[in-house]
Amino acid sequence: MNSKSRYLAYPYSIWMLVFILFPLFLIFLYSITLRNPNDIKTITFTFENFGKFFDPIYVNVLIRSISIAALSTGICLIVGYPVAYLLTRAKDKHKGLMILLFILPMWMNMLLRTYAWMTILGNTGLINSFLNLLNLPNVNLLYNNKAVILGMVYNFLPFMVFPIYTALNKMDRSLIEAADDLGADGFTIFKRVIFPLSLPGVISGIVMVFMPAVSTFVIPRLLGGGKNVLIGNLIEKLFLVTRDWNFGAALSMIILIIIFISIKILNILKIDKESGVSI
Amino acid sequence: MKESIIEISNIVKKYDDVKVLNEISFNVYKNEFVTLLGPSGCGKTTTLRIIGGFETANEGKVLFEGKEINHLPPYKRQINTVFQNYALFPHMNVYENIAFGLKIKRLKDEIIENKVRRILKLVGLENFEKRDIDSLSGGQQQRIAIARALVNEPKVLLLDEPLGALDLKLRKDMQVELKNIQKSLGITFIYVTHDQEEALTMSDRIIVMKSGSIQQVGSPINIYNEPINSFVADFIGESNIISGVMKDDYQVSFLGKTFECVDYGFKKMENVHIVIRPEDIDIVKKDSGLINGEVKSVVFKGVHYEINVLAKNFEFLIQSTKSSKIGNYVGLDFNPDDLHVMREMHYE
Repeated sequence: MNSKSRYLAYPYSIWMLVFILFPLFLIFLYSITLRNPNDIKTITFTFENFGKFFDPIYVNVLIRSISIAALSTGICLIVGYPVAYLLTRAKDKHKGLMILLFILPMWMNMLLRTYAWMTILGNTGLINSFLNLLNLPNVNLLYNNKAVILGMVYNFLPFMVFPIYTALNKMDRSLIEAADDLGADGFTIFKRVIFPLSLPGVISGIVMVFMPAVSTFVIPRLLGGGKNVLIGNLIEKLFLVTRDWNFGAALSMIILIIIFISIKILNILKIDKESGVSI
Repeated sequence: MKESIIEISNIVKKYDDVKVLNEISFNVYKNEFVTLLGPSGCGKTTTLRIIGGFETANEGKVLFEGKEINHLPPYKRQINTVFQNYALFPHMNVYENIAFGLKIKRLKDEIIENKVRRILKLVGLENFEKRDIDSLSGGQQQRIAIARALVNEPKVLLLDEPLGALDLKLRKDMQVELKNIQKSLGITFIYVTHDQEEALTMSDRIIVMKSGSIQQVGSPINIYNEPINSFVADFIGESNIISGVMKDDYQVSFLGKTFECVDYGFKKMENVHIVIRPEDIDIVKKDSGLINGEVKSVVFKGVHYEINVLAKNFEFLIQSTKSSKIGNYVGLDFNPDDLHVMREMHYE
């Protein structure tokens, strides 16, 4: 890189500093200080906020958040992989349309998309109205974990499909032909060649779905009805309702560390170092 | 009578109504080295892919040891392919790449190990088992690709311009090596190339193709010396191709003169092409040859000089071990059997 083009990176570096690193530092600062809204000069350092987390109530919230996020990520993978695979196999003229259909919902606000599910699943929603029409009893579809998982899968599926699609798409077709030529049937080709080579995309997809799924608060609030609090809701409440910024900051730090560690573990599995997300 | 291993009959292949193969028919005999030779877009790779099973012909039959295999998928054919870009599996090391086909056949581990070691020795890459594909040079990758195909002991090996990416020296070495491997293993090779020299060096038989049709099938010597038309003459080696008229049997007229030749059986006054190989023309003193001309350029080529002589508006290409001076007037001499007369054929 020559010396002039280096300046091109300055706006983003400043942006990072002001809007990412500085707030992150503030959150860190909040997480290790005592709650003292009156006087900024009498700052006291403590690990109390982190200690508070080890209350079983909060640990359970975290475990529940992680398991729901993991389940959603798993479903996204199972549903998304075949979609990505079919997308690569589609003819060029159909490909554009299929990809468009996939990103079209993403042009709408996530809140709106999630609301839409409420009108489908709700007690007077689309499904129950249809059941009533057939004189069948109402079913409770909304305000439970299944609805939350459905919402997560629906919202985050594209983040799984696209990295896998990219990995599959850049794979050399002749590798599949070579495996075929060497005696591998369709399943063996998938198991021994296609899937291993798409692994970087799979891992990127997992990271990109798991991250927002573990910290979202809109989906559990709207579709979960706030019954089963997830870590995202908890943080939201601590900041906006209880105004306990210090504990909220500590929880945010814990989430940050968990996501960081899981990405690190996944990156060890990653074979192709060039593609996908890496930290 | 030699035994056919592959018979191709009246193969037609279309892509969106464009015919890329137009009723191709040929046989490949056991233990033979056959080369499909032609310029790019002539359909040679498509033909190979049909034999390998990666493409299906729209019409015609592909027979393997007498049985039709038109719709047999590649993994069920006793044919292996060396791909143009090698197509080595990047997530496997050398050993795993070569053992791929053997593992699918569920051979015992020690047998696989033995076979891999032996084939690596054959291609001159002993102790490369643990190496990553990325760490190999182009020539080494090429050898691994050949080893991976050969280790399965196919009855027929298909090679799609396998030496295209190598430098000249390595290519020449590999040509000799490939030919040796083919002879020692007794496997039928079907080889695709656009390099006429490669085809002449290695092949038992050459099939010259052009825009989806076969032009000529024959041994390298036969195709070089007796090209069936001006396209083959031009494509195989360098040639002087001159338009002329067949006056009578053994009498051909071009550049305003009538020459003696060895060809016959043409219609009287039929328009023909006359092919003269550049090495068949001798440069002699002015007026002592069959035709006079002016030396236009002299290029040193190593073993010989390439000399252009303009005679009656036709620029002859001559290869000679003796040099000439630019601007000199010289005579050109050739024998009646150096003139190859062929029917006029139009091509772009």
